[in-house]
Amino acid sequence: MLNLIWLFLIVSSIVVAAINGRMELINQAVFEGAKNGVTVCFGLFSVIAFWMGLMRIAEKAGLLQLLAKALTPIVGWIFPDVPKGHPAIGYILSNISANLLGLGNAATPMGLKAMEELQKLNPDKQAASPAMCTLLAINTASITLIPTTMIAIRMQYGSANSVEIVGTTLVSSFAATFFALLLDRWYRIRSRQLRK
Amino acid sequence: MYQWVSLVSLWAIPVMISFILVYGWQKKVPVYETFIEGAKGGLGTTIKILPHLIAMMVAITLFRESGALDLLLQILEPLLRALHIPKEIVPLALLRPLSGTGSLAIATDLIAQYGPDSLIGRLASTIQGSTDTTLYVLTVYFGAVGIRNGAYALKVGLWSDLAGIVFSVIVVYLIFG
Repeated sequence: MLNLIWLFLIVSSIVVAAINGRMELINQAVFEGAKNGVTVCFGLFSVIAFWMGLMRIAEKAGLLQLLAKALTPIVGWIFPDVPKGHPAIGYILSNISANLLGLGNAATPMGLKAMEELQKLNPDKQAASPAMCTLLAINTASITLIPTTMIAIRMQYGSANSVEIVGTTLVSSFAATFFALLLDRWYRIRSRQLRK
Repeated sequence: MYQWVSLVSLWAIPVMISFILVYGWQKKVPVYETFIEGAKGGLGTTIKILPHLIAMMVAITLFRESGALDLLLQILEPLLRALHIPKEIVPLALLRPLSGTGSLAIATDLIAQYGPDSLIGRLASTIQGSTDTTLYVLTVYFGAVGIRNGAYALKVGLWSDLAGIVFSVIVVYLIFG
């Protein structure tokens, strides 16, 4: 998919430039774009390194487990198909907690562990179970407490208040996650009715 | 509402930093060494993003400079007006569910062009920060356990992405507009 989009962006640009007779801009844009990529990346390194260092402390101190414990009551409501005390629950909780803390690197391994456990409960090993779909809904619309990368980029471009988007990001990602869960529930009920 | 959100924005990071440090220290975590160990990992992550940023930055710069972007926006204009989505944000909205690093490059480009404290800059920051890359998550999670039929997961993911973008527009307009 990404292959096609990238190809489309570049080839269509060159075609349009050819039609408009603006080919000299293409030559300029190639090098300007590449240079920007490098500049941005090195600016990002500072904040990514800082955040990953801080988060390693949170991980080692056991903050992840603490947050998971706090979220336990919610999970029973979101995943009604998973039996209480099943190991999948623990992984799902760790996955959600890591997402909340902006620990993308920790969230994915936990999420994959949860998928393995859910697969054991799944009657059809080729098709996604409803619980798997719910886990994916949560992960694709992940709630974000601190959008570190965006703060870093805003800083780099001289924002007067680079963290002012923390609140809007929190509200918007919260609403999107709630919407995803509702939609997931609706599709789940509908697909069950279709089967009957 | 505005005061509340900006207060949260201002305090979230300082509170989180001091909380994590004090909590870790209390749990007898060697905070300095642990920080260094984690920060080292940041280099790997950054290097991993670099080729993506270069590839996408070139493609986007070309797309914008050549006039192809203007053409696409003209076609999409009626839909955007109906949803009150500023047209500058369209490339970001289109790429957000498909590629995390690709859309990061577009968001960066928007911030560079319009300024981080402009409405477009704030909107780009919020959109990029508030949803995850649906295609990537689906590929990795289903791929890891060999699921071929993803049922309705893709639909849910893509619709929530659209919802996330619309919510971002609404929230940013309410707070900063």
